[in-house]
Amino acid sequence: MTAATNAASHDTQHGHPTGLWRWLTTTNHKDLGTLYLTFALVMFLVGGVMILLVRAELLLPGLQVLDPNLYNQLVTLHGLVMVFGAIMPAATGLNNYLIPLMIGAPDMALPRVNNWGFWILPPAAVMLLLPFFLAFFGVGDGAAAGGWTLHNSPLSLQAGIGMDFTILAVHLLGISSVSGAINVIVTVFNMRAPGMTLTKMPLFVWSWLVTAVLIVLVLPVLSAVVTMLLTDRHFGTHFFIAAGGGDPIMFQHIFWFFGHPEVYIVVLPFWGLLPHILATFARKPVYGYKAQIYAFWGVGILGSIVWAHHMLTSGMPLAGNLYFMYATMSVSIPTAVLIFCWIATIWRGSMTFETPMLFALGAIAMFGIAGLTGLVLPDVAANAQYHNSYFVVAHFHYPFFGTAVLVMMAAAYYWLPKMTGYMYDEKLGRLHFWLTLVFFNVTFVPQFFAGLDGMPRHVADYALRFTEFNVISSVGAFLLGAVQLLFLYNIVQSIRGRGARATDRVWEGAEGLEFTLPSPPPYHSFTTPPVVK
Amino acid sequence: MDAAIRQANRRLARRLVLAAVAAGGLGFALVPLYDVFCAVTGLNGKTGGAVSAGAVAPGTADAARWVTVELAGNAMPGLSWEFGAKRNRLRVHPGEMVTVAYYVKNPTDRPLSGRAVPSVSPGWAARHFKKVDCFCFKRQQLAPGETREMAVTFFISPELPAEVRALALSYAFYPIEDGS
Repeated sequence: MTAATNAASHDTQHGHPTGLWRWLTTTNHKDLGTLYLTFALVMFLVGGVMILLVRAELLLPGLQVLDPNLYNQLVTLHGLVMVFGAIMPAATGLNNYLIPLMIGAPDMALPRVNNWGFWILPPAAVMLLLPFFLAFFGVGDGAAAGGWTLHNSPLSLQAGIGMDFTILAVHLLGISSVSGAINVIVTVFNMRAPGMTLTKMPLFVWSWLVTAVLIVLVLPVLSAVVTMLLTDRHFGTHFFIAAGGGDPIMFQHIFWFFGHPEVYIVVLPFWGLLPHILATFARKPVYGYKAQIYAFWGVGILGSIVWAHHMLTSGMPLAGNLYFMYATMSVSIPTAVLIFCWIATIWRGSMTFETPMLFALGAIAMFGIAGLTGLVLPDVAANAQYHNSYFVVAHFHYPFFGTAVLVMMAAAYYWLPKMTGYMYDEKLGRLHFWLTLVFFNVTFVPQFFAGLDGMPRHVADYALRFTEFNVISSVGAFLLGAVQLLFLYNIVQSIRGRGARATDRVWEGAEGLEFTLPSPPPYHSFTTPPVVK
Repeated sequence: MDAAIRQANRRLARRLVLAAVAAGGLGFALVPLYDVFCAVTGLNGKTGGAVSAGAVAPGTADAARWVTVELAGNAMPGLSWEFGAKRNRLRVHPGEMVTVAYYVKNPTDRPLSGRAVPSVSPGWAARHFKKVDCFCFKRQQLAPGETREMAVTFFISPELPAEVRALALSYAFYPIEDGS
């Protein structure tokens, strides 16, 4: 490929619409991937600002910055925005951009659906956040405030219009995710280039296939449960109201039937990205390709039958608690297989430590902590101590931030030069990694200790003895937030073409069909399918 | 994309939409399915329904063993009744038939009806708490200013595990709208 195609691919090729109209009407997988990724980055910053307000409140005991109602709204919105607004759209953006390139397809299988799937997201985000701002003008009583799980069903039933806005936003987000997942499944099964058999597909594509199957099977359950909540609130049903024979605990059971697989929906795509990056910078082929595919499916299946470990203190009989304890602990077997394969992939490789590799290695270490702290939580005997404490908060940020977000950043640095055609600033990238890793741990390690000492989550104030832990955690959080501006700056610099030109292959050890295309890839790629041997 | 692939894409997409709709149906079906699962396996913390007095033979009371029963009652929001147990705590033998009284008063100037929903703690011992007769089985209607005493007759099953020394019976009185 030549530089001429590169230049042409930037604006005028095939005369597609330009300006705003291009982005509104586009059915191009690279455009939509870019939109998803941009949306995710914006929501990541929005959700981050929210939690920094929360950490400002928690800096010292007593109430200084927020009143408890505002605090609860911010905690709730932070969770919903990060899970549904940032991490899931980031994973969807990467699948949009990369899956067609990786399997040699001209585009996603259902381009129009793809466009709709993205464009329901911004209205959903507005709907989710609007009640929070309306309350400042005296309209309604703020956003949903019962936690991202909408768990506390008495609160969920009594809460104001914020809960209705949230329920409808969750419906929209669900439709968007399911349509995206259907698109992935159809693309993977019908659009592969000749010779790209299922067992030659890159691991990112495999991990997204498992994710997509999970999304199609469990996200509708979330839509169902919030629909029941809506009819309980307004249409006189009693699914969760004891007065009419309903059961408040039932909400939790149905929610977590979705909610636990959701955890794997969030992290699986990022697990699939890791082997790509590790193999490139170790200059070795991926170790245990098939083992990793089986591990993805194993996690997907096991992850769907362990939901009630979120409810070990809800008064389930001992037999139920024991089942959920052992089943949950067994998830560590396929995840241990993954970690083993990743370490074996870099074992005795000719490693170099560019920014993506640093983030990938950091993510493996953080994922180890996530797994080990996750192994103590389902212990029935110990869970009563950990339940609803800051230990849980610290724990689940290790898979979410420590794994999903760190791998997302690795992927951003890894594929950004491919997408923009220009390198980012390597020095700034490395600085971003080290500061992120250190401040992430400064933020969350103290929360393990505060939780073990009995500090409950979802409370705006705390006992004096937790002060030191919270001061450290808040300072860490502010610095962690500030450091992300480096990330933003570095991305913008690469998009504006301030770095060196990226080669087609970008990285010396990079493998995969996407690296056979020029950087950036032309607007329409693989219109004649490549032949995979 | 040629027409054949396009058609295959649509066919697979339609099937996946059906799968998603079915998954949404499963979400609703989980409500009865959980109850069926608990009824079949006996894995639940709900109190057993009514049992007939003949279910326990007279003279099976275990006089050597005492169990403390604590009684509580709350009127829920929307039902402004005064409601509670006449005695808050008593000691019984497993197998012994006991009758206790709750009182309820409607201090408002409107007739109101409600239904009490029982709950027993600890949940895993709840099935050993057998109610023979209870005001909670029926809807209660009170005229303005009316006061009523209501009885619960129960026994504790002798199969109650030995480590359980105390049980708590609590009622939540919920309003019933007229016509329901």
